[in-house]
Amino acid sequence: MTSQVNSPAVQADGAGVDEALDAPVTVPVKAPEKEVRRLDRVIIRFAGDSGDGMQLTGDRFTSETASFGNDLSTLPNFPAEIRAPAGTLPGVSSFQLHFADHDILTPGDAPNVLVAMNPAALKANLADVPRGAEIIINTDEFTKRPMAKVGYETSPLEDGSLDGYSVHPVPLTTLTVEALKDFGLSRKDAGRSKNMFALGLLSWMYHRPTEGTEAFLRRKFAKKPDIAEANVAAFRAGWNFGETTEDFAVSYEVAPATAAFPPGTYRNISGNLALSYGLIAAGQQADLPLYLGSYPITPASDILHELSRHKNFGVRTFQAEDEIAAIGAALGAAFGGQLAVTTTSGPGVALKSETIGLAVSLELPLLIVAIQRGGPSTGLPTKTEQADLLQAMYGRNGEAPVPVVAPRTPADCFDAALEAARIALTYRTPVFLLSDGYLANGSEPWRIPGLDELPDLRVQFAKGPNHELADGTEVFWPYKRDPETLARPWALPGTPGLEHRIGGIEKQDGTGNISYDPANHDFMVRTRQAKVDGITVPDLAVDDPDAARTLVLGWGSTYGPITAAVRRLRGEGVAIAQAHLRHLNPFPGNLEEVLKRYDKVVVPEMNLGQLATLIRAKYLVDARSYNQVNGMPFKAEQLATALKEAIDD
Amino acid sequence: MTETVTSSEPKHSLLSLVPRAEGKQSMKDFKSDQEVRWCPGCGDYAVLAAVQGFMPELGLAKENIVFVSGIGCSSRFPYYMNTYGMHSIHGRAPAIATGLASSRRDLSVWVVTGDGDALSIGGNHLIHALRRNVNLKILLFNNRIYGLTKGQYSPTSEVGKITKSTPMGSLDAPFNPVSLAIGAEASFVARTVDSDRKHLTEVLRQAADHPGTALVEIYQNCNIFNDGAFEALKDKEQAQEAVIRLEHGQQIRFGADGAKGVVRDAVTGDLKVVAVTEKNQSQILVHDAHQASPTTAFALSRLADPDTLHHTPIGVFRSVERPVYDTLMADQLDTAIERDGKGDLGALLAGKDTWTVVG
Repeated sequence: MTSQVNSPAVQADGAGVDEALDAPVTVPVKAPEKEVRRLDRVIIRFAGDSGDGMQLTGDRFTSETASFGNDLSTLPNFPAEIRAPAGTLPGVSSFQLHFADHDILTPGDAPNVLVAMNPAALKANLADVPRGAEIIINTDEFTKRPMAKVGYETSPLEDGSLDGYSVHPVPLTTLTVEALKDFGLSRKDAGRSKNMFALGLLSWMYHRPTEGTEAFLRRKFAKKPDIAEANVAAFRAGWNFGETTEDFAVSYEVAPATAAFPPGTYRNISGNLALSYGLIAAGQQADLPLYLGSYPITPASDILHELSRHKNFGVRTFQAEDEIAAIGAALGAAFGGQLAVTTTSGPGVALKSETIGLAVSLELPLLIVAIQRGGPSTGLPTKTEQADLLQAMYGRNGEAPVPVVAPRTPADCFDAALEAARIALTYRTPVFLLSDGYLANGSEPWRIPGLDELPDLRVQFAKGPNHELADGTEVFWPYKRDPETLARPWALPGTPGLEHRIGGIEKQDGTGNISYDPANHDFMVRTRQAKVDGITVPDLAVDDPDAARTLVLGWGSTYGPITAAVRRLRGEGVAIAQAHLRHLNPFPGNLEEVLKRYDKVVVPEMNLGQLATLIRAKYLVDARSYNQVNGMPFKAEQLATALKEAIDD
Repeated sequence: MTETVTSSEPKHSLLSLVPRAEGKQSMKDFKSDQEVRWCPGCGDYAVLAAVQGFMPELGLAKENIVFVSGIGCSSRFPYYMNTYGMHSIHGRAPAIATGLASSRRDLSVWVVTGDGDALSIGGNHLIHALRRNVNLKILLFNNRIYGLTKGQYSPTSEVGKITKSTPMGSLDAPFNPVSLAIGAEASFVARTVDSDRKHLTEVLRQAADHPGTALVEIYQNCNIFNDGAFEALKDKEQAQEAVIRLEHGQQIRFGADGAKGVVRDAVTGDLKVVAVTEKNQSQILVHDAHQASPTTAFALSRLADPDTLHHTPIGVFRSVERPVYDTLMADQLDTAIERDGKGDLGALLAGKDTWTVVG
């Protein structure tokens, strides 16, 4: 499905629009039958039981919104349990979507619309919903038992606790069952399509295109055409309900965000999908077969799933017996000349540490993709966090430097994967690609790059001797380095005359033979460090239009909330500079100079100050931490307040 | 009741995927320039010599041979082979070799490991390599002791072993590596002894030719920390009673003039050793390494007394053909290309749902 977004009749200028404002700007436009109002942005949250299909509903609304041409940002939020007991607070799953006619950066702080499929969903989410917002409630679930299960003694629909909200009580289940009565389904089975009814209703409310969802449902249930048609019917019934019922007197338009998007072809993409595509693209651009060794772990498994579907790109995926074998197999494949990758999350990184150290010692290219989640230990598997930065930096025995690259948005995971591959291949080193759960599952529009825009990652394998002994004999030395990059040659098994042995024991410089010589070890430790320190990374860009005295420095997925907060402050006339690190090791060459230009440096992180610790240690800068470790991304408003306090302090 | 050999179809060797050496090779070609640094008298020397001596017979391009090892005395092995090699980390060699073998079918990949490396810290990787049937040849040097860390008991040490870490005797029951491998669905399992070069070479020959994972347990003497551990199998007089040489298609007999044999107990179905008589001669078990069921091979692996080593079978216990992981993996790639066409990056990135913004 392709929709064309031409030059807009009404151009929405997104520049400087503050998405953290409490209420959307509403412009009445003429209504044919029902009133249609134009909004510049909307935040919707679908919430229900884990089994209610809220993630699917959110995904579909997102796809409709993306194809319509809005800018958008999403925040799926679900429990670690696959099916927590039905109707309970721990079982609530939600999907928040922020879409706008202008450029936006976050999934939004507070929903304008909450869809609550049951009492648990209402109870778990109501605190986030500001008064005045719309709440669509599935009244069928507001019976005595489900309400009692979450501690509602009286019905919130009747006891006044929803005063001040614009409540739409809708018997979603009943209406769905009624709409599907000709399908011969049981009440229970028919009721399952209530999420599609809700999607249809919301699609009507926000004038979303529907053909994509109908095509999707027919694709998804291709083997069960009855179920496909039942879902399509529920979806249409939801739409028609909105159009006909008096309760929904107003619908809304959010114009395409034309000005926010440079010309190009776009799609919506999640971080893990973008990262998977980045890995495939890296293999193609390097002209190397991609080899993934992985062990299932939340929130990284999607990458294993995705890559395993693309074997026609020559991609080999190996689901190993454990995290250690996963990286071991990847390292073995790297020795054999593959673009080798392992994907994991924090606990898996801990298990892989020894092999990462071996990769440092072997100096072979290897990508370690770590999708951070709440820790320590099992922690919060489905929630986001940035607390594995120091593990990536230092979590190995000995001096074992590893470059670290961090994407900043879901779509940026594509470019970050290519960049991590560039470093690994050029410098023959393991590289950390440090994403997180928020980026992994969140999504946003992505301008699909042309293949000619992708970097050339081709490598030169060693083909012959690279050293002449005193007696004139030509030999191959596996640790004779490129003088520029300090990378060692990559000589693949199968290359005649270059037979050599490598290992985790300290090696003699040049020959690679086992060496316990103290001076050689000192030299090798320093050389491995120098190789990583010498990696060419772009200078840090600073956004500082107002010659501010305070710099906010971030890394990774905090880019969206920090940028939104900065816009908000600037909108209020507050000067603040912003910079965001993609390269955490080595840091950009100008970082020290940038830091020292400002009176104050504030570092917001979803940890207890790990980047701040690195900055303070390396540059003796009195960086201030602003931390949140609650499993959720920062909210723009909260961050703006904190930054303002730091500026005024 | 006589066992009949029914399943002796020739196996489909995967060696044809590995380039052949151009000229004639000699043992010297496989010796690296590194000084061998095992303790004088170590059994590893004999194994190294046997492997270096056998390689020319294999006739593969030596640049297409890779030795991957873990940690321990035996794991220094790759440094002494003039092939490609990796001395990796403790226990992980089968995992690393799996990545290499499954992505490079033109290589002959060998794993060198020890009883601690393969059965303690690396036990998980070993059993999973075996069950997957990756095309690896695993040489498990079993000296029943930790040598490199100077003499602690190992997972194959006999119960009650007095070592530095077990002054009152070790408590844990040992693994029998052959039993373990058979239990882990291994398609090829053999046992041999460091000092018997001829037998060792014959086992290597069969292992090299086997499509899939071949596990070769090599009883290896550590003359420093566990000297004489296999003396019962080496001392000529004792060996007659202790060693049972398995030969496919032959009756399982041993002792002076084959006076003893292995029969199946009619009541329990288990195997037992009997004195061969006129009457029971026809009931002596005929060894069938190719039998699909692992039951008899497992029973054979249980004949040995773990303390005295009496009735220790050596030779190939089991050698059956089943799908090889690397082959299956490569086939899936071919199938995907046949089905979907060669990957088109532009089409992949674009996906199905796009929209266009014009300037």
